[in-house]
Amino acid sequence: MSEEITVDEVVDARDLMCPMPILAASKAMRYLEPGQVLKVLATDRGSLTDIPAWVEDTGNDLLSSGNEDGALTFYIRKASEP
Amino acid sequence: MTVEVPTASHHQLGEEDVRRIVREEVASAFAKDPGSRRAAIIASKGTLDWAYPPLILATAAAAAGMQTAIFFTFYGLNIIHKDFTRKLKIDPVGNPAMPMPVPMPDLVTAMPGMVSLASKMMRSRFAKHNVASIATLLDSAREFDVRLIGCQMTIDVFGYTQDDFIDGVEFGGAAAFMSMARRSHVTIFV
Repeated sequence: MSEEITVDEVVDARDLMCPMPILAASKAMRYLEPGQVLKVLATDRGSLTDIPAWVEDTGNDLLSSGNEDGALTFYIRKASEP
Repeated sequence: MTVEVPTASHHQLGEEDVRRIVREEVASAFAKDPGSRRAAIIASKGTLDWAYPPLILATAAAAAGMQTAIFFTFYGLNIIHKDFTRKLKIDPVGNPAMPMPVPMPDLVTAMPGMVSLASKMMRSRFAKHNVASIATLLDSAREFDVRLIGCQMTIDVFGYTQDDFIDGVEFGGAAAFMSMARRSHVTIFV
């Protein structure tokens, strides 16, 4: 499924603990255009609930999430300005 | 004004549909409410362990697009003091929740040097698990435009001056905090 998604930016938040994956993702998201896709890699298991909550709060779309090479992965599409 | 007479289609709205519509309306009203995008946090404790929650919650709120402020009062002033790395310590005495390598009675943890040992242990344990340092969290807070407000009254009482605090700190009082808090759905006292 994830093969079909074009990724525009990757945030490697592996080994970072709460709240740093969210802060790193949030910083990267600032520089994306609406419609572009951010991929986040994380190993903090809190990310399983943190990233979807953050995505919902910021009005963006979680396209898919999964596991790649031992890391949690999240594909997030930036929404157009509210 | 005409009153719509219920038609057959209305009767097909089940209980689940009504619940869904109400949920959506509430969610949409909530999203439009400016209070849902503001957080006001009080940091009143000045130990290493209690320095984390206000900074973690504030940066997470800011990253989620909330206008966030932390009001530092009483011992919480330690967190934004220029010398915070030296001031923030943890005392194992009377803290049965603190993880210890071996069980230690209070008589042992009360011995001289235990505060600095426990503080060192906590810092290294946090670093080992890649938890951000207080310095990193303070930098992130400022980068994400979290307002850091020092309580002027306690600054005066404790004999500090405004120059004792890190760059970017503002100063204010209870009324300034309450003014933010009444406009924020999220208010947290640490």
